Amino acid sequence: MEWYSIDTWIVVIAALAAGACALLGNFLVLRKMSMMGDAISHAVLPGLAIAFIVTGARASLSMFIGAAIAGVLTAVFTQWISRFGKVDEGASMGIVFTTLFALGLLLIVQGADHVDLDPSCVLYGAIELTPLDVVWRPTLFGLSIEVPRTALVLAGVTLFNAVFVVAFFKELRISSFDAELATTMGIDSKLMHYLLMTLVAVTTVACFESVGSIIVIAMLIVPAATAHLLTDRLWLMVVLSVLIAIGSAALGHMSALTVPAWFGFADTSTSGMMAVMAGLIFSTVMLFAPKYGVLQRFVKRTQAVK
Amino acid sequence: MQIEETAIACKSPPLTIRDLTVAYHRKPVIWDIDLSIPEGKLVSIVGPNGAGKSTLIKACLDLIPRTSGEINIYGQSYKKMRNRVGYVPQRETVDWDFPVSALDVVAMGTYGKLGWFRRVSKRSKALSMEALERVGLADYAHRQISQLSGGQQQRTFLARALVQDADIYFMDEPFAAVDAATERAIVELLKELQKRGKTVLVVHHDLATVPQYFDWTVLLNMRVVAAGPTDEVFTQENLRRTYGGKLTLLTQAANEVVQSR
Amino acid sequence: MPELSDIWNVLILRDYNTRLVVICTILLGCACGLMGGFLLLRKRSLMGDTLSHATLPGVGLSFMLLVALGGDGKSLPILLAGAGITGVIGCAAVLFIREQTRIKDDAAMGIVLSVFFGAGVAILGVIQKMPEGSAAGLESFIYGKTASMVMSDFHILVFITVCVITCSLLLFKEFRLLCFDENFAAVLGWPVKFLDILLLTFITAVTVAGLQAVGLILIIAFLITPAAAARFWTNQLDRMLMLSALIGAASGWIGASLSAFFPRLPAGAVIVLVAALFFVLSMLIGTERGVMIRSLRQSQLEKRMGRQHLLRALYEIMEGGRVTEELNIRTVPFRQIRGRRTWSDRQLRDYIRRAYNEGLVEAPNKVDSILLTETGLVEAKQVTRNHRLWEMYLIEYADVATSRVDRDADMVEHILGDKMVTRLENKLQAYRIAGSLVPQSPHPIDPGD
Repeated sequence: MEWYSIDTWIVVIAALAAGACALLGNFLVLRKMSMMGDAISHAVLPGLAIAFIVTGARASLSMFIGAAIAGVLTAVFTQWISRFGKVDEGASMGIVFTTLFALGLLLIVQGADHVDLDPSCVLYGAIELTPLDVVWRPTLFGLSIEVPRTALVLAGVTLFNAVFVVAFFKELRISSFDAELATTMGIDSKLMHYLLMTLVAVTTVACFESVGSIIVIAMLIVPAATAHLLTDRLWLMVVLSVLIAIGSAALGHMSALTVPAWFGFADTSTSGMMAVMAGLIFSTVMLFAPKYGVLQRFVKRTQAVK
Repeated sequence: MQIEETAIACKSPPLTIRDLTVAYHRKPVIWDIDLSIPEGKLVSIVGPNGAGKSTLIKACLDLIPRTSGEINIYGQSYKKMRNRVGYVPQRETVDWDFPVSALDVVAMGTYGKLGWFRRVSKRSKALSMEALERVGLADYAHRQISQLSGGQQQRTFLARALVQDADIYFMDEPFAAVDAATERAIVELLKELQKRGKTVLVVHHDLATVPQYFDWTVLLNMRVVAAGPTDEVFTQENLRRTYGGKLTLLTQAANEVVQSR
Repeated sequence: MPELSDIWNVLILRDYNTRLVVICTILLGCACGLMGGFLLLRKRSLMGDTLSHATLPGVGLSFMLLVALGGDGKSLPILLAGAGITGVIGCAAVLFIREQTRIKDDAAMGIVLSVFFGAGVAILGVIQKMPEGSAAGLESFIYGKTASMVMSDFHILVFITVCVITCSLLLFKEFRLLCFDENFAAVLGWPVKFLDILLLTFITAVTVAGLQAVGLILIIAFLITPAAAARFWTNQLDRMLMLSALIGAASGWIGASLSAFFPRLPAGAVIVLVAALFFVLSMLIGTERGVMIRSLRQSQLEKRMGRQHLLRALYEIMEGGRVTEELNIRTVPFRQIRGRRTWSDRQLRDYIRRAYNEGLVEAPNKVDSILLTETGLVEAKQVTRNHRLWEMYLIEYADVATSRVDRDADMVEHILGDKMVTRLENKLQAYRIAGSLVPQSPHPIDPGD
């Protein structure tokens, strides 16, 4: 495996994206809204497409805003349909995101003349190319460092999410634990829901512009679920989930470079391998976790039988 | 002016309900409820399954919409008086795998008064610990909630209500499926709350213990059958009118009341 | 713009090129609608989402296998078989995680979905850099390429969908009970686990079949939307499934036809949008659970209740707490009615206006009091009697009463039967003889002054 500074940047960017997602993912998992990450990351497509068609350029700010709006609308529509139409929440989520996704596809194909947008870049991202877009060259200890734009953006998003989670820790905890109780105590759990969804949408958009929606979906859910198997402390769960996310980012890129080579192939997509690595970490934890692992449970059960 | 209003609010009873009707689809769940609960009473809400006991409590807390009627807490709407209201939900509604310890759950009782952004202080933590001690769970403070027994979980919820320091409490079946020790602990706690001048409304199932635990009783079967001091209201006739004639248990319970007088 | 005759030709499938595509999408919509109905009722709609994402690594792996064996990797049956295998593994993984750990349903689906899809993307990434394989065809599994379907693809699709439709109709009774009451089915001795797996297998089969036609993301819509739309129209499972299949087929037909006569309309996307349109319409105007019918019912309920409250209040005020056989109609001041209940002035005025229009009350001196008319009196008597009978019933039969109370019924007899009502009336009569109008009210009746 040959490692260049570009690889370091890829890992840094992937880790930042993964960390930003994992922070919020804890509360999605605890609220039993995990699939919302999946829904939002598919549903932002029309937002991107409309921003492209209106501005006629790959201006990242308009794209960002368009996608974020589409993401928040997904949450709002899902809520509406399940409330006014009395449809199961999962089903209403599915309807909303597939419809928005179809709309996005249609818009992209229709506007293909003046828009250069490939839907697959939304899925996979282009993390391998992100380090090339350098915007800042500070000098540290005599070393000049070339900081890519994406790294700065994602660092900002991660920081913002971290501040959000810390500042609203108590509100997030109580409204996720028991929304009715939170409401009777004057903490508006609906407001918390929409705040969280807005942040998920913004994070999703910020991340998959560079790393693709697979990482977003995987990193929202898998690290948080893994951490949930390891601890009974909420703050520890949040910390662990971020560590697991960073770990799968690093492992993911390394394995993207090395694993295909074992079988005599060239390298493969980092985003895909990050998701796979997160899945491997999850499976390991699921089997061997000290308290809630499958093996431990099995041992306990057989002991109980004896 | 401000002072006058507060004075009036203090004088009005903790809970007055006028004309309350809650209906799902076409069927009324509770209808024409008129109720006034005096200050400082332990009130049981008793009635058969499907009589609308939980619905009544939830309507009081604005958790479900009402079809008609008016509910006042200390003479004002619930929204204004939220800080003075405590709620102990039914145990089944909770996700027990949630990563919180018993102490965390109790500390949630202080959230309402904290306001946004403020963190749980050392003092509130100590207060929560004290409340856990009071319900006999000090040793379990750092256990994750799924590792507590049913009774212990219920006591945790009650400790939270203690910490909340409300003036009127609504409790949805705190005695459901708990062990004898927990039942005793809960009763002691209720008496303690009453001593501090609080008003407590409890949805209750076990008729036999009503006269023993509660000094006020609301008999409910879609509409209020009777409401008042337990020894006046808890008569065989009223129970028959609440539950229908078939329960032989009722006779026993009513007899106990007669004996205890 | 296409000519009218062109549209006609497409719609009746005369045009050979579109015939294949349209028939495919109709069959697919039909099968997906049917299976989606079962999924919806089992509250597993998003399982389709997980399933379809989990097919991607299967497609990639079987492609690599084919290439390794020396082929060009374009054999559709083998690709679909691979997709089906990883799809089933994905479903099994969800069930395993849910049952063996503390992780909940939604997170389990999310984990499997993202990890499997990630693996699929990684495998496609490898394939793209393989010298032998042009992975161009594989991309179509994500977004769908309806137009590129050929005769052999068509055969496979028809075979799978027809099989699934037939089998699920044969097993209709079993699946219905599975959806309705799993435990009861188990008690009856049915192989619930097996049925569950069979259902998932059928769903996998239609998902895989639809991959090429509409793509793995839009097939999710096919599994969810028609079923959810059908639910607004009926409460009966068989009708719902029929309707769901119909809506699925119609969306497939209309969507595929539309994309056939407009250039650059991707069929998959159009089909999904058509289905979404069906959903929105059903949600608004559905005759059983639609938004409009439900809000109409709600406002009717409120109006009827207001009317009954008004009439009863008037009657009871005139009664004045005394037992009399004949009531003298007299004017009742607003103030007094207002005091009876917690209605706002506006509400009360509204109810009175409506009662006035119905000829139930009149306002002789216009300003501050009203008078029951003869018809009004009859109505008021009826309403008050109903109310008291129900109250009596609740008291006498409290142990069985609550589930049967429908205070809104115009005639108590309709629900309780004549015999019961006679019995209740006798009871009421007994109270009257004892000198009170109604079984004693727990709260003193507020005279309203």
